[in-house]
Amino acid sequence: MRSKNRAPLGLSLAAIGAILFLHIPLLLIGLYAFTTEDAAFTFPPPGLTVKWFAEAMQRTDLWSALSLSLKVAAFSTALSLLLGLLAAFAVHHGKFIGKEAITFLVILPIALPGIVTGIALRSALKIMGLDFSFWTIVLGHVTFCIVTVYNNVIARLRRTGFSIVEASMDLGADTFQTFRHVILPTIASALLAGGMLAFSLSFDEVIVTTFTAGQQATLPIWILAQLSRPRDRPVTNVVALFVILITTVPILLAYQLTKQDEV
Amino acid sequence: MAVAAAAPNPRPASAARKLSRYFHGHPRFSIFLLLSLPLLWLGMVYFGSVGALILQSFFHYDGFSGKVINQFTLENYGELFSPSNVDIVIRTTAMAAAVTLASIVIAFPLAYFSVRYASGRLKALLYLAVILPLWSSYIVRVYSWKLILAKEGIISWFLAHLGLTGLLDKVLQLPAIGGPSLSMSMLGMWMVFIYIWLPYMILPIHSSLERLPKSVLEASADLGARPGQTFRRVTLPLVLPGVVAGSIFTFSLTLGDFIIPGTIGNSSLFIGQAVLRYQGTAGNIPLAAAITVVPMAVMAVYLLVARNLGAFDAL
Repeated sequence: MRSKNRAPLGLSLAAIGAILFLHIPLLLIGLYAFTTEDAAFTFPPPGLTVKWFAEAMQRTDLWSALSLSLKVAAFSTALSLLLGLLAAFAVHHGKFIGKEAITFLVILPIALPGIVTGIALRSALKIMGLDFSFWTIVLGHVTFCIVTVYNNVIARLRRTGFSIVEASMDLGADTFQTFRHVILPTIASALLAGGMLAFSLSFDEVIVTTFTAGQQATLPIWILAQLSRPRDRPVTNVVALFVILITTVPILLAYQLTKQDEV
Repeated sequence: MAVAAAAPNPRPASAARKLSRYFHGHPRFSIFLLLSLPLLWLGMVYFGSVGALILQSFFHYDGFSGKVINQFTLENYGELFSPSNVDIVIRTTAMAAAVTLASIVIAFPLAYFSVRYASGRLKALLYLAVILPLWSSYIVRVYSWKLILAKEGIISWFLAHLGLTGLLDKVLQLPAIGGPSLSMSMLGMWMVFIYIWLPYMILPIHSSLERLPKSVLEASADLGARPGQTFRRVTLPLVLPGVVAGSIFTFSLTLGDFIIPGTIGNSSLFIGQAVLRYQGTAGNIPLAAAITVVPMAVMAVYLLVARNLGAFDAL
């Protein structure tokens, strides 16, 4: 099978170019977090310093934005895990009309532009007379986070098949025992991976959040405010680097956990 | 094995076991139970809100009192065809098309390289390099281009070292795509859009190339086709569903974005910004709703075409 020959030079260069295009901007953020400048983005940076990290640590507005983001991501992930798991089970085990529609239903919130979800939720909240709160942010995030759990779990269920469940039932286990001792161990890592992706997705979501947060500021909303009215450029660079790190780690872990599901 | 050990134990039926038996005997009820929560959430919260939004696009907005009156009207859709709104729709759709085309051009070689010439660790690395930006840090990735496109930033530095500053100035003087600086031009905005949505194009193309059997390509070569001919007449048509699947994302996501046009580019409005403006300060939800129906309708048509091309299998 190892009959891969060498790629034409032009193709290799184009591929390398695409990878650089995707990653140089993120590396630049890492570099600018250390720049000594506080009002411009001169390249190369005139000098390097770590003082902005200390300054960012002392900002109370950042800490409260971070804690809100973490709380929202935690609750959204937990709810997405439950809902995604239930939907994946139903679609995998059941035979019913409209089964394909469920998959479509789950994917749609992430395929349609976030602004549709955002404004729809906002006007629905208004109609029902509900005020913006922590829960309205979670409400929005769960709609587009379910898909990550659903996709990962259903891919794992398809890979393992139904026979181990039947074997467990034949040996006398009831539905709950089978779930706890047979199904859960097989899907655990897929579930975890889906949850991690949901966490990353929720942690840095900004479009839907602008419609459902009211006056509350999550970390991405804080960055968004800096985009339109840059006041704390060096601190923003530090925050940006932090967001990259905190969303990258779960994605890498999720990849490790579900490698074998990739066919 | 805990399960096996528990089995031969003839104990009286516990509540869990009774319930379990009931589920087993009533599969329809079990499925209903499993689906009820997800459906309640997605069906009621999501589709309920989107449905209510579409409904409101047919309501009358009283400009004087700033109130929405529940009275059927098509005036919001009429408003869509006012010159300024048509302008916005055309500008946004043109940008979405330009972004989609450029993404295909950049994504294809990378996907092709990864499937045909990379294996083992390199392939895994390339895959990771694509999914990382796909799942993470949208807002941070937009922000990074503020640094890149800045007048004193890396692009200007790079071009100055190549002696091409004059060329950049000439390009920026062009009408429509130019502007006072890269970060205030349509050209700059186009680059940012491509950067942000590119991974959504790479993955579907990658997976449809992956599914293309090698034997088909060998058959084509055996029948005397040159590599270029095989690529054009065999590879491309078979990978088309993947390309279409990718463009569903790049197109749709560009149509609805309001953060990139608000950050990079000049002050001309895009669909997302218009929606934000109408629903925000004016409280004109009906008109905002009618405008969001545009990306929804464009996507509906796109999805129908895509389904006929078999793009859903490539998702």
